[in-house]
Amino acid sequence: MPLKSRHLIGLEGISKEELEIIFKTADIFKEVLQRPIKKVPTLTGKTVVNLFFEPSTRTRISFELAERRLSADTINFSSSGSSISKGETLKDTVRNIEAMKIDLVVVRHSSPGTPLFLSKILNASIINAGDGAHEHPTQALLDMYSLREKFGRLEKLKVLIVGDISHSRVALSNIYGMTSMGINVSLCGPATLMPRELDKLGVKIYYNLDEAIKDKDVILVLRIQLERQKKGLFPSIREYRNCFGITKERLQKLKDDVVIMHPGPINRGVELDGDVADCKNSIILEQVENGVAIRMAVLYLLSGVESSLTI
Amino acid sequence: MKEHVKSKIMDENDLDRTITRLACEILEKNKGLENIVIIGMRTRGAFLAERIAKKLKDVEKKDVLIGALDITLYRDDFRTVNKQPQVQITDIPFSVDDKNIVLVDDVLYTGRTVRAALDALMDFGRPAGIQLAILVDRGHRELPIKADFIGKNVPTVYGEEIRVHMKETDEDDGVFLVSVS
Amino acid sequence: MGIYRKKFEFSECPKPYLIKDGKYFDLKTSDFVEADIIIDKGIIKDIGRFNGDSFKGRVLDIVGKVVFPGFMDMHVHFREPGREDKETMASGSFAAAGGGFTSVCPMPNTDPIIDNQEMVKFIIDKGKDLITDIFPVGAISKGLKGKEISEIADMFNAGIIAVSDDGVPENNLGMMQRCMEYTSMFDIPVIVHCEDKHLSNGGVMHEGYYSTKLGLPGISSISEEIAVVRNIMIAEYTGSKVHICHVSTAGSVEIIKNAKERGVKVTCEVTPHHLTLTDKCIETFDPNFKMNPPLRTEKDVETLVNGMKNGIIDTIATDHAPHTIDEKEFEFDRAPFGVTGLETAFGILNEFFINKDILSIGKFVELLIVNPRKILKLDIPEITKNKKANMVIVQLDKEWTVDADNFYSASRNSPFIGTKLTGEIQTVLNKNKVYFR
Repeated sequence: MPLKSRHLIGLEGISKEELEIIFKTADIFKEVLQRPIKKVPTLTGKTVVNLFFEPSTRTRISFELAERRLSADTINFSSSGSSISKGETLKDTVRNIEAMKIDLVVVRHSSPGTPLFLSKILNASIINAGDGAHEHPTQALLDMYSLREKFGRLEKLKVLIVGDISHSRVALSNIYGMTSMGINVSLCGPATLMPRELDKLGVKIYYNLDEAIKDKDVILVLRIQLERQKKGLFPSIREYRNCFGITKERLQKLKDDVVIMHPGPINRGVELDGDVADCKNSIILEQVENGVAIRMAVLYLLSGVESSLTI
Repeated sequence: MKEHVKSKIMDENDLDRTITRLACEILEKNKGLENIVIIGMRTRGAFLAERIAKKLKDVEKKDVLIGALDITLYRDDFRTVNKQPQVQITDIPFSVDDKNIVLVDDVLYTGRTVRAALDALMDFGRPAGIQLAILVDRGHRELPIKADFIGKNVPTVYGEEIRVHMKETDEDDGVFLVSVS
Repeated sequence: MGIYRKKFEFSECPKPYLIKDGKYFDLKTSDFVEADIIIDKGIIKDIGRFNGDSFKGRVLDIVGKVVFPGFMDMHVHFREPGREDKETMASGSFAAAGGGFTSVCPMPNTDPIIDNQEMVKFIIDKGKDLITDIFPVGAISKGLKGKEISEIADMFNAGIIAVSDDGVPENNLGMMQRCMEYTSMFDIPVIVHCEDKHLSNGGVMHEGYYSTKLGLPGISSISEEIAVVRNIMIAEYTGSKVHICHVSTAGSVEIIKNAKERGVKVTCEVTPHHLTLTDKCIETFDPNFKMNPPLRTEKDVETLVNGMKNGIIDTIATDHAPHTIDEKEFEFDRAPFGVTGLETAFGILNEFFINKDILSIGKFVELLIVNPRKILKLDIPEITKNKKANMVIVQLDKEWTVDADNFYSASRNSPFIGTKLTGEIQTVLNKNKVYFR
């Protein structure tokens, strides 16, 4: 089996070899996406349900496109309040869906652990599309894949993740995946948005952005949820931008070839200046494009029965 | 599964001569290389395509466009095989629209692989025509598919397989009839 | 999982009993004594050596088994009134007896809250015919709202043995001071749930490495410790008795130790799960590991175990908190806090501490039998002639595996399901009633 698990719950504990398999498989699908007809019949007859218990546009569209380009049948289930508000438990909702004979479940939920819970009660393969502040593995995979494409390697790259680390599943998945790939990961953000004992995950923590960004190859900027300000986690948007925003002025002081990434959607002028988001250093749109290829690769690798893929 | 070589059908020289003949037949039938592209099917079909292209250049003093096609994603047994097949990159760096494609593979057997390849090629555009060049035709077709250029016909029985060796990926050049048990 | 529930059966004892050929734990010598016990009409009639053949009554042959005075758990939640689907006074008392507990203190955070005389009478009335002694705890404020002191004098006269803010920690210190001052008139303890709600701020597990890894909001150690300090200082200032419930952090143990050395009237309890499990258990996101206070780190567990050994921790209480399976199959952050504990407590203490020579039998008896009754000024059920028969018969070497299907509790949310334990409660005698497993 190319991947150790038939689910993709997170990147915690994933090996470098497994990540390489995913990236090499994504190369193949990236080629498919260049064709006039960007669709292959590989998953004909397989059914994928996209269970989105939390609003999401980008991730859902990206998954749906990936599924359709592999010719899978897709069903979308979106419920922002989760059906628990109707008195139904998650287990009931999901059991109902399973009774419809599903091969793969893509799940987004605001509660950490939901994908793991589903993997225990369902027969289908589960792909985590984001569970609370826990993990968002396909986002981290596409981030790393985009860097691999840009630099031709991942080992020893110096990556800085900037922003609200506490509430970020993107940060956590990237920390796990990137450290497995031998990337040197640093974090920077307000101390109120930095969870405890992060250093045990093998990352360096900064509170001064100007010091943190100096020698970095890549700056991965996280979205700051503006409602965190109302909860008193930082004093004002203005001060956040001054301290932790990737501004034009800050970019000018950096290496000419520094790479800027953002998982989207961007708060322009808050965590990232519009000029920076659109400049040549930004690979934000490549990230979106690679998202489909990575998700096709994950769907492909998890949909095979028992497999012995060597690439 | 154990393999036992029953006979050597072609040695290195035979293989080279057969490839030369296939190249000549392609030229003869198409009256030159106008509008011709060669696409080999991974793995060994792609190497054969490269060797055929080299022969064509020797004769015509002209480069011919070559591509490599992986049909794993189009296989009709994806849902039933219990080993996930190896996918390789498809590399067709040109438009196939209105081209005459010569599709190259090492062995023609049930015809299912060729069927998958035809489907895949159609997803790349609308070629003017597709011809099929095969090194060994071992019979037992399950689909109505026929090769335009055949290196050698080798009738096989149940339990026999054809193994093509090419130096690009194997130790030597040659074609073998093996029994599998 | 079946819907079948094991049926709990207990009966009145119409005839005298002779408990023969075992040994009982004698509180005076703090050791086992090999002797037979004769019980009639709920009273220990005689202790010595007796002939079973000529005995007019039932002979219980207990070779290889031991008799302890009944255990006491001063911290349980029996959900009645309000959530009888989770537990009733009856099912809760069955769980207690199944775990060897003959005395329990149900906490007042039911619906409605036990904050007046009538509610206290309701609880006492519900417990009257059960095999377990029920000692209710009253709410410190009306409706546990923290605005007005509840009618503690009335409740005291109706039978409460303590007051508590458990479940809805009182964060208004002025209110807490008035409650302690008022309660001190009755010389009963105020049982405090120590948690600063501003610091715990919506957390669902211990704040540390694992909460960071799992992306779950944390409950810091200091949210408990700061509240422990405040409550101890108020108790010290007002001279009242304070009992810190379910201590979970190393820091709290240190604070309580210092207070005890200063002579503050402070006592405290720890749960079996806080003595044995850590926040690492939550890696599976299993809501059966979700309780408040949360499971802490290895260092905390170590300090709690030491505190239990050296007397800083006065008693073991289970904080038995039943929830229905539907609620516990929620997503971890949405599931309610709390786990059951009555039926596993003895097995855990025996397997993990007594058998491993961490806890002596004498110390165990203090923790689970003597101290809770001392804290609450209740009669200690010594096994002596003419005392009430309040005892449990235990087979110490019996191995068993925790299986929720075998619980007497109406709920099954135990973090110990599948754990191998030793020591089984075989018989409970109390209030002239008997239960046989």
